[in-house]
Amino acid sequence: MKSLIFLRRLAVYAAGLSAVLLLTACERPFQDSVQHGYRGTGMVQIYNPRMLAVKTEANQAPVALPAVSGEGPKAGVAYKNVKVLGDLSVSQFNRLMVSMTAWVSPNDGGCVYCHNPANFADDEKYTKVVARRMLQMTQAINSEWKPHVAETGVTCYTCHRGQPVPSEIWFTANHQPYGSNFMGDKAGQNEPARVVNLSSLPNDPFTPFLLGDLNIRVNGPTALPTGNRQSTKQAEWTYGLMSHMSESLGVNCTYCHNSRSFQSWENSPPQRATAWHGIRMARGLNTGYMEPLTATFPQHRKGELGDVAKINCGTCHQGAYKPLNGASMLKDYPELAAPSSKAAAQVAGN
Amino acid sequence: MADYLNLFTTVQASGPVHNGVALGPGNSPRTGQPGISWLLGKLGNAQIGPIYLGGLGLASLICGLIAFNIIGMNMLASVNYDPVQFVRQLFWLALEPPPPEYGLSWPPLNQGGWFLICGIFLTASVLLWWVRIYRRAIQLGLGTHVAWAFAAALWLMFVLGFFRPILMGSWGEAVPYGIFPHLDWTAALSIRYGNLFYNPFHALSIVFLYGSVLLFAMHGATILAVTRFGGEREIEQIVDRGTASERAGLFWRWTMGFNASMESIHRWAWWFAVLCPITGGIGILLTGTVVDNWYLWAIKHGVAPPYPNVFPPVIDPALSLGVKP
Repeated sequence: MKSLIFLRRLAVYAAGLSAVLLLTACERPFQDSVQHGYRGTGMVQIYNPRMLAVKTEANQAPVALPAVSGEGPKAGVAYKNVKVLGDLSVSQFNRLMVSMTAWVSPNDGGCVYCHNPANFADDEKYTKVVARRMLQMTQAINSEWKPHVAETGVTCYTCHRGQPVPSEIWFTANHQPYGSNFMGDKAGQNEPARVVNLSSLPNDPFTPFLLGDLNIRVNGPTALPTGNRQSTKQAEWTYGLMSHMSESLGVNCTYCHNSRSFQSWENSPPQRATAWHGIRMARGLNTGYMEPLTATFPQHRKGELGDVAKINCGTCHQGAYKPLNGASMLKDYPELAAPSSKAAAQVAGN
Repeated sequence: MADYLNLFTTVQASGPVHNGVALGPGNSPRTGQPGISWLLGKLGNAQIGPIYLGGLGLASLICGLIAFNIIGMNMLASVNYDPVQFVRQLFWLALEPPPPEYGLSWPPLNQGGWFLICGIFLTASVLLWWVRIYRRAIQLGLGTHVAWAFAAALWLMFVLGFFRPILMGSWGEAVPYGIFPHLDWTAALSIRYGNLFYNPFHALSIVFLYGSVLLFAMHGATILAVTRFGGEREIEQIVDRGTASERAGLFWRWTMGFNASMESIHRWAWWFAVLCPITGGIGILLTGTVVDNWYLWAIKHGVAPPYPNVFPPVIDPALSLGVKP
């Protein structure tokens, strides 16, 4: 009889312990569910209000410096070696420089993070060369990628958030099998990688899709086979990229897709088209701006394979459906809206 | 009287242990002196052993262990032979099938070669085991129902890892050996082939899966509930229906208008169980070979209802002019 009681207790304790262990991987209830599509189709967004509060707090835009006069001598005349923002007035130029310091390197020496204190015009520091190119990139994003960034636009802060290197960047994975070359190849997947939300999906979906332009779409256009040769393995790579997007934006699949048919555009929320342009934007920026800077960056800023830090959805979004929760910093910095001559016209027009 | 609601067996009949019926020529001797385990008797029969291994069982175990070790060693190698990481990452690790570009050709060992070798041994192991349980049943004078039920499971396994990859022309379509990797593969297969939920055989398979669970619960509960009237003597009650049988039948007729009998409930259970992998296997076999996109197939044939569009019209941007490709 005693042993029976002992057995019962043991069973209860074991059940209790396994329940606790199983629950450690879960988020605490309750979650908010927001209907997003036709009723009964599961088109809902699930938000954890506690995590959402943290993300909202982490995605606040800083206060802009007061606007200054566009009158007076131009920066391109007053200063030497001004190649991108020469059309700004000296006060506008300095306001942007001070803002950039606050956005990118507030704790890294201020101006001297990029400038040689003895000669601000000098291009000897790599950070200055990169910053100049990044200014051009920002202007290009705001003028050429409106299908993605709309009028909200981006500034340096969208990615940098007070850090010289944005927190969400990626390098091409060094996917050599460990140890011998005899066994143990992971096929680029099967490790608890954060970029794919700790799934075992391929954990560098960026190199093929956000640097290369391999086919992301795996579905065929017809019910019966008519030559679509995409494999299940390719679907895993696409799934990896999509997991990254979901994680980066803090949204479910159903934010962009109708999950009854991931491919169908006519049933998709309009956000999917915005995201489509976002994929092209990240790819365009990686090939057009980041990769050409490979030689400029010092070795310690590069990845295992010597490649430059690159952009994915998380670089700007950082867990929010819109970077900085949709706040537009660009309206306070119109000089970043387009390449110089256009920007100057816009500033003059204000 | 609440005893029958207990998790564990409350009555353990004990008597002299027995070795089983005499075996005919060509059989190995049974292994091990039978013993009584009170603890295991709480869950099942208290008698442990004897075990019949035999040539088929031994060959099956050897093949199975080889496959198990190929998987395990590949997983271990993938974490640089670090035992700590092996344990920590075990659920993520896998032995992956070859990349699709190898088609049905033999890939290098480290790019799917091990996977195919493992598959050969695993297949040999389960086939040998099938023959073993078939022959054990014959030797004991039983029907071969267990062997055919096992064959149903093997059908699904061979469809997933052998028949379908061959029809698709690529070993890369096979399922990886790994805990999370095979689950992610499952989701990826559904995504690739336009949502497997619209595959009617997949739906049938789910019906039989959940149906099996439901039947199992109904049957187990019914028998436990009428045990106080002798209901656990199911086999005798097939022909000599007693009050337990009558009450159990009446209960279900009262609650849902129809009832199985002491005999037919086991046919129900057997068919539900075997139809789960049989229909599932058909569904997988058709996926990619006969149907490329189950959602479009279901829309075309009126299986899936069209829902009203609640979003503003979205056009595939890839079809628009003037966008960056």
